[in-house]
Amino acid sequence: MKLLTHNMLTSHVKGVTKGYPLIIKATEVKVNELEFNAQFVSRMIPKLEWNALIQAAEWLGRSQDLPSTLIPNYENDEEFLHKVHRILLEVEVIEGCLQCPESGREFPISKGVPNMLLIEDE
Amino acid sequence: MKLKELESCLQQVDGFEEPKILLEQYPTSPHIAGCMLYTIHNTFDDIQHKLVADLGCGCGVLSIGVAVLDAGLCVGFDIDKDALDIFKGNVEDFELSNIDMVQCDVCSIGSSYAKKFDTVVMNPPFGTKHNQGIDMQFLRTAISMASTAVYSLHKTSTRDHIQKKANDWKVKMEVIAELRYDLPASYKFHKKKSVDIQVDFIRFTPT
Repeated sequence: MKLLTHNMLTSHVKGVTKGYPLIIKATEVKVNELEFNAQFVSRMIPKLEWNALIQAAEWLGRSQDLPSTLIPNYENDEEFLHKVHRILLEVEVIEGCLQCPESGREFPISKGVPNMLLIEDE
Repeated sequence: MKLKELESCLQQVDGFEEPKILLEQYPTSPHIAGCMLYTIHNTFDDIQHKLVADLGCGCGVLSIGVAVLDAGLCVGFDIDKDALDIFKGNVEDFELSNIDMVQCDVCSIGSSYAKKFDTVVMNPPFGTKHNQGIDMQFLRTAISMASTAVYSLHKTSTRDHIQKKANDWKVKMEVIAELRYDLPASYKFHKKKSVDIQVDFIRFTPT
């Protein structure tokens, strides 16, 4: 699971009003190289919940590289875009789970795939 | 990349080992997937460097094609772990890194991904196995997720019904092509060797 995907995931457990962001508890993390494209990264940035990305990076112990608020004119800062590319697209959670911040319900991540399925009465 | 090259590339994608009838699982043929993706890429430029979702991705034929055509990232969504395992194997065989996947029920997603994706591609279940209406649920979700366009396959026989829904949802509908979906006997109870289903390849865009 990449962090770009994590940034979009929420918990739909019944009664939960704020199931976001899902807390990442990773037991295995890998870095998988992906070709850098400045245009793609800068277009994705405005779509992100930036705070959730910072938190996700923290949970994976990789927050040292990212600013807590977006710098102005980031589209032209190649170094910054490379850092975002790395954390958003190359860092992958292989094993672990995602925890709903409100209900505590855990969604397992196995072989890089988060399982967001709920059982009937959830 | 030429259409023939794309098709031949997609022929390497492994399909379902034991397709589940109730989930209406069957692989999208390399020919149909190739034609769809080739058009989406060359005519509309909705794949390269874009964030793409594949709803009901199954073993990932469409997603693999999307990734090969250089999407920024393609995220596949499917309810079945077995299908996703095969998809994973395909991603490894092709050595692609611009793919991610989520196991979930597309019908329960709601609007959590509202406008997050540039493009949504899909070959949704048609609703023939005690799941009537599922194609429209997939479509509704897809439309909420895509900021630019949704590309989907639907039975030609449902075209008028879909047009009505598209009008209700204030979405523009364009039938790009009529395809003949040649479904080879995939389940033991299929008596005929193969069956031709008339299918529309449709593009939906916000008005």
